[in-house]
Amino acid sequence: MKIQDIQNDIIDEFSMFEDWEERYQYMIDLGKTLPLIDPKYKTDDYLIKGCQSKVWVHANMENNKIVFTADSDAIITKGVIAILIRVFSNQNPSDIIEANTDFIDNIGLKEHLSPTRANGLVSMIKQIKMYAIAYQTQLN
Amino acid sequence: MFNIESIRKDFPILSRKVHGKPLVYLDNGATSQTPIQVIDTIVEYYTNYNANIHRGVHTLSQEATDKYEEARHKIQHHFNAKHAHEIIMTSGTTESINLVAHGFASLLKKGDEVLVSALEHHSNIVPWQMLCEKTGAILKVIPMNDSGELVMAEYDKLLSEKTKLVFVNHISNAIGTINPIEEIIKKAHAVNAAVLIDGAQACPHVKPDVQALDVDFYVVSAHKMCGPTGVGMLYGKEAWLNKLPPYQGGGEMIAEVTFEKTTYAGLPHKFEAGTPNICGGIAFGAAIDYLNTIGFDNIETYEHELLEYATKKLLEIEGLKIYGPSDSALKNKTSVISFNLEGIHPYDVGTILDKLGIAVRTGHHCAQPIMAYFKIPGTVRASFAFYNNKEEVDALVEGVKKAKMMLA
Repeated sequence: MKIQDIQNDIIDEFSMFEDWEERYQYMIDLGKTLPLIDPKYKTDDYLIKGCQSKVWVHANMENNKIVFTADSDAIITKGVIAILIRVFSNQNPSDIIEANTDFIDNIGLKEHLSPTRANGLVSMIKQIKMYAIAYQTQLN
Repeated sequence: MFNIESIRKDFPILSRKVHGKPLVYLDNGATSQTPIQVIDTIVEYYTNYNANIHRGVHTLSQEATDKYEEARHKIQHHFNAKHAHEIIMTSGTTESINLVAHGFASLLKKGDEVLVSALEHHSNIVPWQMLCEKTGAILKVIPMNDSGELVMAEYDKLLSEKTKLVFVNHISNAIGTINPIEEIIKKAHAVNAAVLIDGAQACPHVKPDVQALDVDFYVVSAHKMCGPTGVGMLYGKEAWLNKLPPYQGGGEMIAEVTFEKTTYAGLPHKFEAGTPNICGGIAFGAAIDYLNTIGFDNIETYEHELLEYATKKLLEIEGLKIYGPSDSALKNKTSVISFNLEGIHPYDVGTILDKLGIAVRTGHHCAQPIMAYFKIPGTVRASFAFYNNKEEVDALVEGVKKAKMMLA
């Protein structure tokens, strides 16, 4: 599935929620079901330090697609991570580089990407893009 | 008479909504809200007499200078400093601490020791670390116990003739412990060490008397005391302030400048280079007037009631742990409750509370050593002011229950 299509699906799913509570409950549940990162990657090498919550991101290339795994110590942060992984994992590096993240605004989660949250998510998106650029360079 | 309803009307922000819900503001430890009396002072300044001070012969400059110096006197009287020139206007607690640390760089030598408490805010740790790196002095830490109180027996052991400086906060920002600063000051003076007390968290709740305390330096920020951000004070004993070199060079702090030599102005101007936060300083004075109108005895009594009520209610929630002094009377504690729900990250709790219109602080509160001691990533911190009420405590308790239900 293309990144844009996945984003549209997520926007559709979120439009069904009546209020913030349903939206957050969904994210919390997503956070609980996020496949955990391999513990050997839960080290400082893979850590994105937020002031508030920690985020670990690992990437590797399989059949010219980047597979991301990630984790966080805070469950709502994990929920947002689960959404980002659904969008960006198993995609070509070039598609990841070109993708935008406007869908986050559309599903009412923009506040999680505000710098004042200091939850590591802004850095996580940056990191995802950096991995994509690095792997793209390898492919070239 | 302490009338909470009429006090709440002084704070326009308390009637706003957040996410469609009435704001419940419980992050007073980070920044207090501003009463209309202080807001009016700020408006009045920019509407009527905005001008640079200490240099113009024109009327506006005269008026602004008079008001600014009047504010300095208000601050002097509030803290009972002996002289107005012992009050240095700064941008806040952090700058005040840095000013003293900078000054001591020329007074310390290798092997001297400085003591800092385990309960400090980063702004009262980092400047001293930098100072020690520069001078070769050694930084030692007064440890705390499981209740978040300083271990005074260890303090006694650390003190020696090598001790030159002691830095302790009056009240811990992270967990609300009231430190025994009288004892700390007395014992430090017995070995001829100077003492700096960080009063940022104390001054919204209590009225310190710097002469009675016999403290060498006392620092505060206006924005914790119903004043504006970006202004604060350094109180220093005259003798110490004369001993310290200027902090920054610039206008205002000089007596005479030639290319060969500059002579510095006297106190307090020696430490006040450049155009200060004039409006902020005047508004700081207005904030002090406002707090004194309410009365610190009233503030202390009322806030303690809120603290007791909130502590009792929160502890009814299963799996909720409060960090900090836990004696039943909550005697050594100000109106700050730092807590966690078992197995739940403080960030998640704070996020849900925000959705309910409740403002708390989450994280390590710029006190990572304390969090490391308790082996936690941070806490949720609710800090109460005299304009909070029991309904807001109830809203917090319900909010925490809801967060627990959603997150557990």
